[in-house]
Amino acid sequence: MGGSTGFDASGLLTILPELLLLLLAAVVLGADLALSAERKRSLGVITALGLLVIFGVVLVVPAPTDPAFGGMVRADGVAQVFRLTFLLGGALVALLSMDFEPMQQDGTYYGVLLFSLIGMCLMAAAENMVLLYVAMELTGISAYVLVGYLRNQPLSAEGGVKYFLFGAFCSAVMLYGLSLLYGLAGSTGYAAVATALTRTPFSLAMVAFLMVLVGLGFKVAMVPMHAWAPDAYQGAPTPITAFISVASKAAGFAALLRVLQFLFPALSAEWIALIVAISMVTMTLGNLSAIPQRNIKRMLAYSSIAQAGYIMIGVAAASPFGVAATAFYLIVYTVTNVAAFGVVVLISNLTGSEDLDAFAGLSRRSPFLGWALLLALFSLGGVPPFGGFVGKLLLFAAAVQSGLVALVVVGVLNVIVGLYYYLNVAKIVFERRSEQEDEPLPVPVPSRWVLGFTMAAIVLLGILAAPVFNWVLQASAAWF
Amino acid sequence: MEFPFLSVIIFAPAVAAVLILLLPKDRQTEPKVLAAAGAFISLALALWVFMTYDRGAGGYQFQEQAPWLPMIGSSYHVGVNGMGATLVLLNGILLFSAVLISWGIEERPRDFFALLLLMGVGVFGAFALLDLFLLVLFYELVLFPIYLLIVNWGWKPLREYGAMKLTLYLLLGSLVAVVGILAIYFTSGLRTFDLVALEGGPFSTTFQRIWFLPIFLGFGVLASIWPFYSWSPDGYAAAPTGVSMLHAGVLKNVGAFTAFRVAVLLLPEGARFWMPYVVFLMVANVLYATFVALTHDDFKYIIGFASVAHMGIVLMGFAALNRDGWNGAVTQMFAHGIIAAMSFAIVGMVYDRTHIRDIHQLGGLVKVLPQPAIGFIVAGLASMGMPGFLGFIAEVQVFLGLWRAASLAWWYPLVAIVSAVGILGTAAYILRVVQKVFFGEMKPAYADLPRVRVLDSVALVMMSAVLIVGGLFPTLVTRVVQAGVQSVLALVGGA
Repeated sequence: MGGSTGFDASGLLTILPELLLLLLAAVVLGADLALSAERKRSLGVITALGLLVIFGVVLVVPAPTDPAFGGMVRADGVAQVFRLTFLLGGALVALLSMDFEPMQQDGTYYGVLLFSLIGMCLMAAAENMVLLYVAMELTGISAYVLVGYLRNQPLSAEGGVKYFLFGAFCSAVMLYGLSLLYGLAGSTGYAAVATALTRTPFSLAMVAFLMVLVGLGFKVAMVPMHAWAPDAYQGAPTPITAFISVASKAAGFAALLRVLQFLFPALSAEWIALIVAISMVTMTLGNLSAIPQRNIKRMLAYSSIAQAGYIMIGVAAASPFGVAATAFYLIVYTVTNVAAFGVVVLISNLTGSEDLDAFAGLSRRSPFLGWALLLALFSLGGVPPFGGFVGKLLLFAAAVQSGLVALVVVGVLNVIVGLYYYLNVAKIVFERRSEQEDEPLPVPVPSRWVLGFTMAAIVLLGILAAPVFNWVLQASAAWF
Repeated sequence: MEFPFLSVIIFAPAVAAVLILLLPKDRQTEPKVLAAAGAFISLALALWVFMTYDRGAGGYQFQEQAPWLPMIGSSYHVGVNGMGATLVLLNGILLFSAVLISWGIEERPRDFFALLLLMGVGVFGAFALLDLFLLVLFYELVLFPIYLLIVNWGWKPLREYGAMKLTLYLLLGSLVAVVGILAIYFTSGLRTFDLVALEGGPFSTTFQRIWFLPIFLGFGVLASIWPFYSWSPDGYAAAPTGVSMLHAGVLKNVGAFTAFRVAVLLLPEGARFWMPYVVFLMVANVLYATFVALTHDDFKYIIGFASVAHMGIVLMGFAALNRDGWNGAVTQMFAHGIIAAMSFAIVGMVYDRTHIRDIHQLGGLVKVLPQPAIGFIVAGLASMGMPGFLGFIAEVQVFLGLWRAASLAWWYPLVAIVSAVGILGTAAYILRVVQKVFFGEMKPAYADLPRVRVLDSVALVMMSAVLIVGGLFPTLVTRVVQAGVQSVLALVGGA
């Protein structure tokens, strides 16, 4: 480990969110033992409230921006932005889980969710290869468990196993890459490795870089490390699908941005070209594969692959504007996807189906749910005035600023393709009739809160984007 | 602080839309009343802005500015010159008319009227905003209401296809233009999206020549420029009446006006370089669409193609790059907007009652539906450029402008002649429709068709009055337009 090794109590402020999360996990697991079976549903509230408190603390308590623990972690502005995004996503998912019938009586579930969040928060702040790897494994292993949580449902078990095998493979490749880097630099700190890479033979550095990219690419579901996504998304308990599609992806991007910026500055020309190419392929493949899907979770899985492609536009821009646009888009994407999956949870509870046809007549049956899903679809599709539109515009702007016009052209064409299948779902929700459209569709209180909040956020991030974007732009400016 | 006229005009329908959505879901009348109220507030204020626009002073007036995304130089900046004021008024008239015409909607009126109003919000914003970032946001704001409106309330056999085609076409066009806008933003080095600040910006000739075409054609898609027009007849045939009215009447103008404001005013060198060639596309608009309108048998398609032809005239006016051309273009936007909306309203009234759009199967309807018949004749006369109607003033100015643009390319006068002859075809298809649909022998089955509603007549009278008063006292409109044109003419080197 490079740098000083002395223990510094002020470093604890740097990992305050992780410590609080650990405390919350202990509380939740303890409460799980204490509460009677029929009252365990309130664990979701405890988890969500705890996460919101931590959210508030992270927002209010200024973290030291200097590296702590001998340069292992750095809670700079960008890290805080991402940590807040994970915490928000986690809180929303915890509330959604309360309305997902198989999960209502299980405290372990919330505990694992919190452990995963600890890993994500560390991923966003890690500036050391070992810590990064450990954080990713913590995130990953918790996520494998969560995806396969419904052991007696074949799809869930299958999704969990596929996710695990694919993840373990990618993570092993990444570990090999990290060991190469350690061998080159004799250190695991980003700064030392980055310096060493400036004098390393190009081919060796490139091999190590590609191996690291495999591990991070798995997390964000970039092509070709995307193949797990449809099965894992479809099989996972729906709230967990939401969780891995937003928080896990955001964590992957947080780590990716930091790794590219601080570990591989020596290869910046190469990785920009590579990210541009992968971004093009990822969004195109994701969108084209989404078109024929009839299961909404699979469709949203391919959609989230495509979204990862869009987000990589901001990564490729490699500028303060690009990093800010990436982070802003991930915030928008988090609330948007949670809204979409929140509706899916309720519909599949009620009808037992995740087919697109199960959504016919939704707007007539429950205008509230109908609009929630429509807003989410329009935002994903990039239709104004919603957050997804402003987010895409900012990503495109960042790329044009960096001279990546070809990437923007591909992005624009993909938005059109994407809108096609989002609109097809919107059509089913809004126009199609169904025989049950007069039956009421009860919306439980937690979902009502989640959907109300996310709908407001989708609209407000579109029409009043300034405060949030300003905040992330200031955070990312410190990087350059 | 002055009263924020433009903001209230833009957002009154939005407030009404939100209130409508908050109503309980089974209400039938309240959404309509709220929608009419919201649209009326905008109409009244738009009329006030139009009448009190200081023609002597010219330039942008009624400006308001507030920070929006300050770190990238985007602000909520609204303001209109004479051109914008005219178009805002047009949208006020048409939004209110569309609400009245749609009074008979019984299927989910709540959603229908909220979405219709949101469309109006987008259009008001796109005419009044002087900030490119928000301009694009409002420009595309109309897309999602329009998709839902067509797909749910449209004509069953065509609505899914028509809605999807229209939405994707328009989104593609505008996104291409958006890339151009981003290029303008970063190349200017001014770190601002403000249209006024970017006017006369430091853009090299090469840059202007590269980016003019994507921006002009990208926005031009919404103005149905040939060959990117095919969403328009299909979309209109599929759309419910109120949506066809607004789309043909104002949305196409949004496309043309935005293409003008961004591509021509910001990239004048590009315009001078490309317009002499782009003008041929517009000639194709006029000739091709007029020809199709002459031969088509579907009432609604005829009107749809007529609108494509007339947008050709509008765009040609802009392509002349001189005072007469631009005066004519904006006057034509205003006239065509009213004409197209009226025509679609009348098609809707006829179809709602007969469920037939084939003009050969209709006939003699003047006896049972006199108000639509008279309205159609008024709109038709204005449309064929009959003196005494607003369309005449507009077309004469456009052709005059083209005639005088010979310095740009020798073929401009020729373009004027060919298009003027082409537009004569309008007379032929209007007379054909009048003769087939409203005169001739009436089928006995039509004798007891329900008469038109009072509100339909109110809307028709209002729109006819605008066409006739505007034709008799053209200076009411043209002076305001000229004051606006005067203030931007210098950008292309005109005096």
